[in-house]
Amino acid sequence: MNDIAQGTIDAFRLIFTLDPDLLEVVGLSLRVTVTAVLIASLIGLPLGAWLVINRFRFRRQTIAVLNALMGLPPVVVGLFVYMMLSRSGPFGVFGLLFTPTAMIIAQVIIITPLIASISHQTIRDLWAEYHDLLISLNTSRWQRITALLWDGRRALLTAMLAGFGRAIGEVGAIMIVGGNIDHSTRVLTTSIALETGKGNFAFAMGLGFVLITLAVTINLLMHSLSRTERASVW
Amino acid sequence: MTHSILPLTLDGAIARVRGKTLVGPVDLQIGETGLTIVMGPNGSGKTTLLRLMHGLQRVSGGRVEWAVPDGMARGRQSYVFQSPIMMRRKVVDNIAYPLILHGVPRRQARSTAAEWAARFGLGDALDRPAPYLSGGEKQKLALARALIRQPEILFLDEPCANLDGRAIREIETILQQAQADGTRIVMATHDMGQARRLATDVVFMYGGKVHETAPAPDFFKQPTTAEARAFINGDIVE
Repeated sequence: MNDIAQGTIDAFRLIFTLDPDLLEVVGLSLRVTVTAVLIASLIGLPLGAWLVINRFRFRRQTIAVLNALMGLPPVVVGLFVYMMLSRSGPFGVFGLLFTPTAMIIAQVIIITPLIASISHQTIRDLWAEYHDLLISLNTSRWQRITALLWDGRRALLTAMLAGFGRAIGEVGAIMIVGGNIDHSTRVLTTSIALETGKGNFAFAMGLGFVLITLAVTINLLMHSLSRTERASVW
Repeated sequence: MTHSILPLTLDGAIARVRGKTLVGPVDLQIGETGLTIVMGPNGSGKTTLLRLMHGLQRVSGGRVEWAVPDGMARGRQSYVFQSPIMMRRKVVDNIAYPLILHGVPRRQARSTAAEWAARFGLGDALDRPAPYLSGGEKQKLALARALIRQPEILFLDEPCANLDGRAIREIETILQQAQADGTRIVMATHDMGQARRLATDVVFMYGGKVHETAPAPDFFKQPTTAEARAFINGDIVE
């Protein structure tokens, strides 16, 4: 109980004194996760839409695999990316291991299936509604995808936020490929793991509060910016 | 002057879904002028016939042919659905969408769309989200969106179902204007009064087949088949 109280105090102290180490860690967390969400969205959203409007032989299986990949274990992804990027791996020459870029790559792999799968489900409903009109208007495949993504943008935000939530709280993969190096690849989650290991429970709790506050704030911010839950929603 | 896409010729055309024949075989020609009304009881295949002509329904047998190659004909026709499909956009963006698809710059498309909206009595609703319009307004939007590309032929599937007097009159005025401007119209309707007011010729569907075709005055005065006669008299035809 004492640790929780102390953690809360520590969290406030860290936030209100604008502790430079904390800001650095928060900054890197955001940079890595936001970049990963943007890249994963660029891949996942069109992929979700593409799977909706195309009929091909292994479509059902592809979608089933995509859904299954939502539960991809981050540690395994971390291991995979590690092997790819390590000196002896196929992409070793780029020297990316233990850099923020490696962390972004790992997170993109983890959240792309999530974003693609949620957007696929959202867009499927919209496609059922638009199908006849878009066929009648003689649209190209690409025009259909853009129309569906644009008109479904509010619902697709949920997919992106789900990806953000998974990525910002993720620790297994980025610990392996980032290495939790101070001032270089240390982010909130890896710090928490480290401080807990060192027995600094109060400090770890403080960081935990910061992480949760950050995730909630970003979500609220996106919702208010996109004006979901307001009048004339669709 | 580019070659007209009409006449449209159906030669033994069949629409089959999962082994069940919905329409056909149908032999029919849609000539270059006029307003064809497709009539018939529920389930007689009116909608499927229109979808078959427009290319929304796969042709399972026979031929559906325009006077020009299919690829050229596709972009020069429009279709208005029984329950209008509203894109989740503003009214003006809904109407502008077909123009934007054709590469018209967004600003120009919007100003053209605003003109069309005004002409269709939607001038005050430009910035409203289309899904929140009333039934009559939605159908007018669908008509404006269908006509903005000035198609050579317009298909309508019971556009006035669920609408009442004033909205029906507005839509009929729009259709007559479009016809006067040279748009060929093929329309399915249940409404005998509407058919009498608008039709130049009639296609009577029964049991998935074209049962009778005739110029409108002849059809309404003395239909040749018993089913058409019963239908016109307001008897229940199954």
